[in-house]
Amino acid sequence: MLKLPIYLDNNATTAMDKRVLDHMLPYFTEHFGNAASRNHSFGWVAEVAVEKGREQVASLIGADNKEIIFTSGATEGDNLALKGVYEMYKSKGNHIITCVIEHKAVLDACRHLEKLGAEVTYLPVQNDGLVDLKQLEVAIKPETILIAIMYANNEIGVIQPIRAIADLAKKHNILFFSDATQAVGKIPVDVINDGIDIMAFSSHKIYGPQGVGALYVRRKNPRVKVTAQIDGGGHERGMRSGTLNVAGIVGFGKACALRQEEMEEDNKRIVKLRDHLESQLLKIEESYLNGNKVHRLPHVSNISFKYVEGEGLLMGFNKNIALSSGSACTSASLEPSYVLKALGLGDDLAHSSLRFGLSRTTTREEIDYTIEQITKTVEKLRMMSPLWEMYKDGVDLSTIEWNHH
Amino acid sequence: MSYSEKVINHYTNPQNVGTLDAKSKSVGTGLVGAPECGDVMRLQIEVDEKTGTIVDAKFKTFGCGSAIASSSLATEWLKGKTIDDACAIDNMEIVEELKLPPVKIHCSVLAEDAIKQAVADYRKKNNLPEMPSVPM
Repeated sequence: MLKLPIYLDNNATTAMDKRVLDHMLPYFTEHFGNAASRNHSFGWVAEVAVEKGREQVASLIGADNKEIIFTSGATEGDNLALKGVYEMYKSKGNHIITCVIEHKAVLDACRHLEKLGAEVTYLPVQNDGLVDLKQLEVAIKPETILIAIMYANNEIGVIQPIRAIADLAKKHNILFFSDATQAVGKIPVDVINDGIDIMAFSSHKIYGPQGVGALYVRRKNPRVKVTAQIDGGGHERGMRSGTLNVAGIVGFGKACALRQEEMEEDNKRIVKLRDHLESQLLKIEESYLNGNKVHRLPHVSNISFKYVEGEGLLMGFNKNIALSSGSACTSASLEPSYVLKALGLGDDLAHSSLRFGLSRTTTREEIDYTIEQITKTVEKLRMMSPLWEMYKDGVDLSTIEWNHH
Repeated sequence: MSYSEKVINHYTNPQNVGTLDAKSKSVGTGLVGAPECGDVMRLQIEVDEKTGTIVDAKFKTFGCGSAIASSSLATEWLKGKTIDDACAIDNMEIVEELKLPPVKIHCSVLAEDAIKQAVADYRKKNNLPEMPSVPM
């Protein structure tokens, strides 16, 4: 039985797994101790729970327990990594390399560092969303202290050549930070094999609770240090003070353990559903897939439906299907998605995009319903679209003098 | 963001979607907005030459639900109005009727501009004096 509304915005957040919730519950009311309380059993129980969570989180990414710093989420992790590395290593150099399709948490942290004297190179991406390794190497200077490139993009799902970037960083003795929020728990991520020095990720993207995440900070080859951005009791090896979110960490740990066990099986099913969705939607005339088709997360698809505007499109079914659009109209800004524009998409195609994010619980019925609704709405809106009419009449839209507002 | 019931109604059942013969002397066409801004509105009026009354109005819009609703509402209001009265429609009347939030006010501005441009186009075709303050 099809149950509405359908949730296909899993890049934004995911529904918490019931098994995760069950693990967390006792830590709110029964085992509520402060993990830093060393003198009584309440504290000891909390500490044991936190360390168990730390072990589960570390295990998912092939790290050592001691290399996990708990945070409030990936935004904090990104900020701690960038600002913390800059503050710790600025005597060695002030140059950071990142790319234009990073999450705002990375881009805005870089902007902040520029004000403090950092020089930041924002690499462009190719039309498929991938960073050009040659361009990356050219951008490296003697002052470069950090390369910050995301593992997988949140809007188009494109996976960057992480190992090759890590090799370049190593060759030039530069630290490599990756925002892996969309990748951890979705595809195999291993900090040793991938050669990552610092990595931010979050619990709520992998069926865990919101408000908790982790920063992986390598302890050997090389030993990395970041300057704390939140001062206080010296928790988390002095890198992130603040009472630990015990229940959140327990949930995060459980979510990681479940991902480690079930990711591979889940992905077999998810990728089939995604490919079915995609192939059906790309049958619609003038629809385009955004981003590299191969180097991509298994649960993500981003498609532009030319001559219809994204928010107008969403309105056709958003009572029943939760989706996200790259159109400006869905956000407070008037600019359409900077990620899609960075791929070289015209503003018109960027305005016409939808992002699909499937989950472990997505069903075939949900996908079939979504295909039907979107196909119907695109058709309806095109009948209403002056641009579609012009296109059908053979008018070249680029020859028209539009009056911009 | 949630939409007002009136926006949803216009979106679900848009009024007067279509195309009039832009070459006809009795038809005025207004095309405003730009694809890269995410809104393009085309509004057309058919005018009775003798009375100066709008006898038909059609629209096609590329844009969000509020843009579609604004143009659908505009075509409803235009029918039966003289072209002078049509030009007196203020965007804030559309904002009030559709209860548009501040971020969507530009949709109503676009509709007002489309009306004025359609009337100006009709006047020009029929060698009528231009109204002052017509945004072209």
